[in-house]
Amino acid sequence: MGNEIMIKRSVFTSRTLPYLLILPQVVVTLTFFYWPALQGLMQSVMRSNPFGGRSRFIWFDNFIQLFTDPLYLKSIMTTFFFSACVAAVSITLGLFIATMANRALKAKAVIRTMLIWPYAVAPAISGILWLFLLHPSYGVVSYAIKRWLGLDWNPVLDGGDALFMVTMASAWKEISYNFVFFVAGMQAIPMSLIEAAAIDGASPFRRFWTITLPLLSPTLFFVTVMNIIYSFFDTFGVIHTMTQGGPGGATNILVYKVYQDGFIGLNLGASSSQSVVLMTIIIVITVLQFKYVEKKVQYTG
Amino acid sequence: MIMNTRKLMMVFAVVAALVFLSGQVMAEPTTIHWWHAMKGARGKVVDTMIKAFNDSQSEYVVVGTYKGNYDETVNAGVAAYRAKKQPHILQSFEVGTQTMMLSGAVYPVYQLMKDEGYNIDWKGYLQPVLSYYMDADGNLMSMPFNSSTPVMYYNVDLFKKAGIPMLDKEKPVTWDEMGEITAKLVKSGVQGGLTFGWQSWTQVENYSAMHNIPFASKANGYEGLDCELLINNETVVKHIAMLKDWMKDNRFFYGGQKFQGPSAEFVAQNAGVYIDSVSQIAKMQATVKDFQWDVAPMPVEAWMKDPQNSIIGGASLWVFKGHNKKDYKGVAAFLKHLATPEMQVYWHKETGYFPITLAAYEALKKEGYYKEFPYQEVGIKQLTRRDPTKVSRGLRLGYFIQIRNIINEELELVWNGTKTAQQAMDDAVKRGNQQLREFEKTYK
Repeated sequence: MGNEIMIKRSVFTSRTLPYLLILPQVVVTLTFFYWPALQGLMQSVMRSNPFGGRSRFIWFDNFIQLFTDPLYLKSIMTTFFFSACVAAVSITLGLFIATMANRALKAKAVIRTMLIWPYAVAPAISGILWLFLLHPSYGVVSYAIKRWLGLDWNPVLDGGDALFMVTMASAWKEISYNFVFFVAGMQAIPMSLIEAAAIDGASPFRRFWTITLPLLSPTLFFVTVMNIIYSFFDTFGVIHTMTQGGPGGATNILVYKVYQDGFIGLNLGASSSQSVVLMTIIIVITVLQFKYVEKKVQYTG
Repeated sequence: MIMNTRKLMMVFAVVAALVFLSGQVMAEPTTIHWWHAMKGARGKVVDTMIKAFNDSQSEYVVVGTYKGNYDETVNAGVAAYRAKKQPHILQSFEVGTQTMMLSGAVYPVYQLMKDEGYNIDWKGYLQPVLSYYMDADGNLMSMPFNSSTPVMYYNVDLFKKAGIPMLDKEKPVTWDEMGEITAKLVKSGVQGGLTFGWQSWTQVENYSAMHNIPFASKANGYEGLDCELLINNETVVKHIAMLKDWMKDNRFFYGGQKFQGPSAEFVAQNAGVYIDSVSQIAKMQATVKDFQWDVAPMPVEAWMKDPQNSIIGGASLWVFKGHNKKDYKGVAAFLKHLATPEMQVYWHKETGYFPITLAAYEALKKEGYYKEFPYQEVGIKQLTRRDPTKVSRGLRLGYFIQIRNIINEELELVWNGTKTAQQAMDDAVKRGNQQLREFEKTYK
């Protein structure tokens, strides 16, 4: 039956029609992606009055200033560290939950749906929610940490605590995202393999470690890249609502610094050059993804 | 058929004429746009003030639009100006003063009022409020709108419990006395003594002004873009080091950069004393139910016999260039309206922000408002206790937002023990000066 399904090949008789059809997409891409990116690129080599009027071309002054600023380098390191933590936490937990949910459970569909919910929460809301739990003055959990665990929990003052707090808030909603991909990935693994291993006496952990995980590796890699991109950009809302880059710049990740210098501080040159750096980093990551990973990723089960 | 077409055409003609005429009538009052950052209760007060103006005359209609918080409002103004769709009036926060002044986009208020034939006696205004928005020659660049200053809130119940006498509303306590007061508080079982919001504004900017210590060279930047920060001076460093020392026994504890954290600590009675803007009074009135509180002036050092005025925070109204003569007549009339005693008295009572004219202040005194709410007068007295000097009149720094941010960061590094007070203030000066040089290059 399957072989008989006819694949209808469309042939465009007109040469212009296909171009006409992709035109809307091209226009949207050009105006909303390339045009701003180009503007950013131009601003990054200028020093200008935000109100317009006075702009001077200054070659790479903005970039030189950036890379000679030890705090900018620190911000890059913070971003990478934060990003790695977010990815590690959300992947580990996502994978763990996926493994659990993949077992034969009653109400499997309901449980899965419920586990996906946090992904629908906007990062800023996630930040506020976690702040209500962990703020040293009015956080419920922080009260418990101080009272019952006797720990000196103070993310308002301690950079490590603050970084931990924003990592948790950022990773939390990404767990659901990862969960979806892992569940899909696991369903693609033939049951016969796992059953055969079970008959041979392999423990559940060994089955997971030697069969499931290797077969999940393309998904794992894909999810890692997506998580890193997420933690570079989308975590802005979390940082903004929770720490505003503090204390003492401990959670000042690149994207937040762009906002602070450009939007709040109105230094367009500095902030544009930072955007260009950020854009470059992401382009490199994406190119790597396409080069090494994209081909191996299985999108369907 | 012919009749019908004719009829139809007649109807069209009449309708067209009506639309045209009504358009003429409707277009009569000139619309003045004002973008502001006042929401909630304050936003309603602003709306009432606008309505009072619109009802009082028929030539102009002022339309007020809330554009988000200060950053967002200024950004909306920047974007609009670049697109040549700027409003007539834009509310901008005090740290953006230098950027607005040099933007090349504003019509200075003193010039506007003069051009429109208003002969305003600026002496009748509260000088420490005006001086923040004046250029080096004493010309007013923007109209002060919401102005506040930091004061000290204290928990009367906790003070009684610890056996501390109530504080004077005019004569400030010394920082040494504060050390004793906070020690007593902690000893009596309160979790912490003192906490404060907006640390750069309260502990560095206002501290410097009240002790008449320059914050930056060139008269705090008023007299030149080539100014440099001076906040690593001995007095300021000593003050920061003292606060750090107080952290050991919780006489001071840090609650966060802005106001949310510290004010929550005060309301929860975790801190007995809390330094923040007078604009918090309204919030205290609304949220504090389970204890008595009062307001006192900010502490000063014992050696400062006659402390200077404190400086303001808040925002002012800037008039944009690029509108026609008739519009500006309306803008001037509206600014004049906002400064009338009735409006200022109303504004002060509803929001706690200062009245900007002496006439309004006198009117409030006369009607006995301060007898009823004595704590409302603490800030205004502290602000006007002496005429501002070149050093206490305000701050005029480029990229001041970034500089405040730097000071915040460096102070946090003192509080969490990463740096000493001296190191942190030295670094703040170094980093701040880089921002100042960058700004100087942009506007030279």
